[in-house]
This record gives sequence, C-alpha cells and structure tokens, in this order.
Amino acid sequence: MKTVFIALLFFAMMPFLVTVPALAVEPNEIMEDSALEARARAIGKGLRCLVCQNQSIDDSDAQLARDLRMLIREQLLAGASDDEALAFVVERYGDYVLLRPPLKSTTYLLWLGPFFLFAIAITVTAFYLRRRRRNLASPRTLSPDEERRIQEILDRHP
Amino acid sequence: MRISVLLPLLFFAGLLAVFLVGLGLDPAVVPSPLIDKPAPEFALPSLEGGEDGFKKADLAGKITLVNFFASWCLPCKIEHPLLLKLKQEGRVAVAGIAYRDTPEATQNWLAERGDPYDRIGTDLSGRIAIDWGVYGVPESYLVDREGRIRWKHVGMLTPDAWQENFLPLIEELEK
Repeated sequence: MKTVFIALLFFAMMPFLVTVPALAVEPNEIMEDSALEARARAIGKGLRCLVCQNQSIDDSDAQLARDLRMLIREQLLAGASDDEALAFVVERYGDYVLLRPPLKSTTYLLWLGPFFLFAIAITVTAFYLRRRRRNLASPRTLSPDEERRIQEILDRHP
Repeated sequence: MRISVLLPLLFFAGLLAVFLVGLGLDPAVVPSPLIDKPAPEFALPSLEGGEDGFKKADLAGKITLVNFFASWCLPCKIEHPLLLKLKQEGRVAVAGIAYRDTPEATQNWLAERGDPYDRIGTDLSGRIAIDWGVYGVPESYLVDREGRIRWKHVGMLTPDAWQENFLPLIEELEK
C-alpha cells in the first residue's frame, strides 16, 4: 500500500519535475528597447559559446558568453546592424562561433557532403534493384552438368 | 573477388580513417582568424594602475610572446615555470595580460612564483582579451617585430608545444 502511495505521489509530482530551461541572460543585461533586445537575443542564439562549445552564448552562463552578450548589446546600441554585430565577433573568433556555418569554399564538403552521400546511396540502390529485377525476369537455368548432379543426389536418396 | 564487393569495405575503411584522425584532434582548439593579422589596438594599465602597463606600441621591434593569464587559473600555475625559463633565455620578450583578475591578486601571484614578464597589462573587464580572440586562459600568442600575430597557442604552454610550434617560427622570424 505504501509503495503504491509513493508511486502515486511520484506521478502527481511529475509535472513539477519537468524543468523550464533557466535563462542565462540576466535581468541587468536586458536592454530597455525591446526591439533591440529581441535583435540581440536572435544574434546571441546564433553564436557559439567557445567555453562550452555546444551552447549558444544566449544559453550559456560562462563569463565569456556574458561578455559577448554585453558587447553585442553595446554594438546594437551604437547603431550597428545585425550583420555588423555578427561580423565583430567572427573577426575575432572565426567562423567556428557561428552555429550555422556559412557556405563557402572551405565548407562545401560540410554542406554538400550529405547530398553527395545520398546521391551515391541512391545510385547504388538503383543499380542493385535493376540487376535484381533483371535476374528475376530471366531466372538462370541449370546447366546440364548441374542437372546431372542433382539427379545423382536424388537417386542416392530415394 | 569482384571489385564491387570490396567497394563498401573500402568506403567504410575510409570513413574509419577520417573518424580516427578526428578522435586525435582537440575540440577545444579553435583556429584563430587573427593569425598573420596585426595585433588589435590596446593600451592596458599596469598593476599599479599607471598607464605604463602594456600597449600595442610595445610590440614593435621585437618578437614577443603575449601570455594571457590569471591567478585563479590552474593551468597558468603549471605553465609558469616555462615562462620563467623563457624570460631567462631572453630570446623573445615575454608580455603578460592579466585576464579578469585584480591587480592585488596578480601581484601576490607574481611575488610568490616569480615574475616572468617584461611587461604586464591588466585587463580587468576582459574586453581586450575578446579583441585578441581569447576564450579561456591561458592563451599565448607569438607576435613578430611588425606587431603581427603569427601563432596562437590555446591552453597550457608546454615545452613540447614550444619546441614544435614556437621555436621553428621564431627562427624564421629572426632572419
């Protein structure tokens, strides 16, 4: 009875166990101009935090991420466009900070590689299917030699 | 055996080779876009708060190792003896930028372990470090006589890294 009760309690608490991701952006960072703030948030979501690597600077609590968020806000306040604010960070940290890498000569393999592999897979499958269909359409017949051997085996085990 | 049977195997072997090489790479090391570019403008106060800390003009005329460090950083402690040795050798100028650290803490740290720096600047806000593309201390940059960044080492400086990456470059720059 007790275990059932504990189990019920556990299920009753389930909704509260689902956590809402905490905001890394702290209240004192948020800009008064909500349009600018929205732009800063969008830029921050696209920038990798180099300390934690798989988080955006918008999600990260790292000191560097915080510094970069402040920098972006400063840039926007100074009248920079989204692209200029992004370029400011990329100039210093390279394309790797962009969570969505740009399409250029060094990233062709990255962007086009999957399509290339998919094309190979499709081609190989097509060839395979075609050959199989051809084989099914004209099944190979046994050679006289094979016929004779089968007959021998059948004779041995009547 | 027909070659078509071997093809998937070869493909797999190639993929395996790529992954094995990838396993050996350090994901924490991100190539810097600043290599071969002029060092950013900066003028940092000294530990005493004066204006004679470390500034861009100090880079001119000599090959300089610019080391970002902090007294709160553990790997900095480990690389410290190497920096002392480099200063003793005197082949390159060694400059330190104290990243997000109070001057008092930095002074205590240097008094305790010895001061390997010809020049020190304090970057209390971490702003200058961002201009250099620093994403964690320690990081070390080799700057040539014209003030261009020629090499970046992320993380603890080791005798091996010095031997392999810095020395050949320094020899080339000294010519």
